Amino acid sequence: MATVATTGERTLVRRVSATLFRHPRAKLAALLAAPLGWLLVVYLASLSLMLVTAFWRLNELTSQIERVWGLQNFHTLLTGAQTTPITLSSVVHSVYTVITFRTLGIAVAVTLTDLTLAFPIAYYAARLASPRMRPILLLGVTMPLWSNYLVRVFAWRIITSGDGPLQSLMRLAGVHYSVGASNWAVWLTFCYLWLPFAILPIYAAVERVPGSLLEASSDLGAHGWMTFRRVVVPLILPGLVAASIFTFSLTLGDYITPVLVGKQFFIGNAIYNLVGLASNLPLAAAFATVPVVIMAIYLTVARKLGAFEAL
Amino acid sequence: MESRLARIVIKVGTGITLLFLYTPLVILGLYAFNKGITRAWPPDLWTTRWFGAAWHDPDLRRALLGSIEAAVGATAVAMLLGSCAAFAVHRFRFFGRDTISFALVLPIALPGIVTAIALSSAINFGNQAFGLTFSIWTIIIGHATFCIVVVFNNVVARLRRTPTSLVEASMDLGADGWQTFRYVTLPAIRTALVAGGLLAFGLSFDEIVVTNFTAGAKLTLPIWIFNNIRLPRQQPVVNVVALVLMVISILPVYLAQRLTGGAEAVSGAAKAAAQGPGA
Repeated sequence: MATVATTGERTLVRRVSATLFRHPRAKLAALLAAPLGWLLVVYLASLSLMLVTAFWRLNELTSQIERVWGLQNFHTLLTGAQTTPITLSSVVHSVYTVITFRTLGIAVAVTLTDLTLAFPIAYYAARLASPRMRPILLLGVTMPLWSNYLVRVFAWRIITSGDGPLQSLMRLAGVHYSVGASNWAVWLTFCYLWLPFAILPIYAAVERVPGSLLEASSDLGAHGWMTFRRVVVPLILPGLVAASIFTFSLTLGDYITPVLVGKQFFIGNAIYNLVGLASNLPLAAAFATVPVVIMAIYLTVARKLGAFEAL
Repeated sequence: MESRLARIVIKVGTGITLLFLYTPLVILGLYAFNKGITRAWPPDLWTTRWFGAAWHDPDLRRALLGSIEAAVGATAVAMLLGSCAAFAVHRFRFFGRDTISFALVLPIALPGIVTAIALSSAINFGNQAFGLTFSIWTIIIGHATFCIVVVFNNVVARLRRTPTSLVEASMDLGADGWQTFRYVTLPAIRTALVAGGLLAFGLSFDEIVVTNFTAGAKLTLPIWIFNNIRLPRQQPVVNVVALVLMVISILPVYLAQRLTGGAEAVSGAAKAAAQGPGA
């Protein structure tokens, strides 16, 4: 091998690598130190700080964070204000409860729509497309994913705006309903943004279904619909659940879309405003634990359904 | 097998989905050449004068520079840490090995706003504790955190497909650890490493959800768009920037795809790219 190192450097390098070879644990430690250190120091420390911040309070006169422990932020989340007592009616009418359920609602709607839209193309790519066509289709599905996220939201802001293309199309069809800055626009945009994330896991799941099972089903007299319902769906269920994790989690955590194409509050933009306008980082941190808890529950259920093998 | 009717339904469904995926991008492209400054449909085509206006906008140049700085910094950190982690997880069996892969995905798997608030709390705390301020460095730290997993996924996938016998043969022939890495391992993983780096670059270049909370007054392209998107006067310039950004952010992904021969990079990254946005 052609090396240009001098003899002195060479022996040092050799000695270090020989030591590492004799002590694999040292090598492991050297390899892991940097990435683990980074994750611990930057990310896990930040997450813990967020959790701690959720129990601190904002001094409303000075707008400074006071490091005094208490559950006041969670009280505010439950009842809408710090002074309101916790009753069933105050919890139901709390603005944060309303926002949470609105967000859950749209997350479910987006997930169902995306699964419906994703299945045909995933099935086509996995089973019907020619070997030459398949990679082209898959690339076609992933390309929009990589064309800047903000730009795609912006495209939908144009499309759903008052005098935009969608509104003109609807007028042509005789529908007089304004989608601009409505939850319909938010729903459409979310469906669009996360669709590729739904297609890929379903594609992977369909690809793994053995063709012989579908033949057996039709040999035994099942119609297409019956085969779909009794054979295909149970076999690709982990893939469907994996797809839903993406669409669900991404919808919960997004704050750009409601700001740009809608006008109502969802968890994401409510938190964004708590930090940006109200400078109330403690309350924002407390509210941010809500999507974490929801996702933890969702992931636990998904794990039971075997979704992680399909990821 | 699929009946005729089922095939037709599936083909029509595929067509609808493809149309849904691409129509918005085409519409966006058309508006970049719009003569007027409104969003009225149909756009009044064609003019290229907004491209010139965008090119001469000083804020926009600052934002472009900021984006490149952030992406280069984050990619460098991610490539180093991501490949270290990949080697460790591939070569060794140790306690907590599965936890590491999980911890690496966490910044991308958790809802974007959570990562954003977490980093924001940390910077706020760092500011009070030792005078940490918002700067390009806080952006890089945030971006690198969720870019590591993209590099990690690519490198670890390649390592799994590279036979360990090559490394053993090299050692048997008298090469030391460094030479083996330099002449055997590195050439084997080089394209995967570059592909991971390109994807990390693309991810960082696009990021807005977390950047909004870590940037302070520093501009990046997505932040510039987010600030200007609601100003009617800036509409045509935003349209142009959107089109250009769309085209150039596809480039690294296309290259990564070529380098790894397809599915590995993109599916691995799609898995990771909730970041989009977000992730």
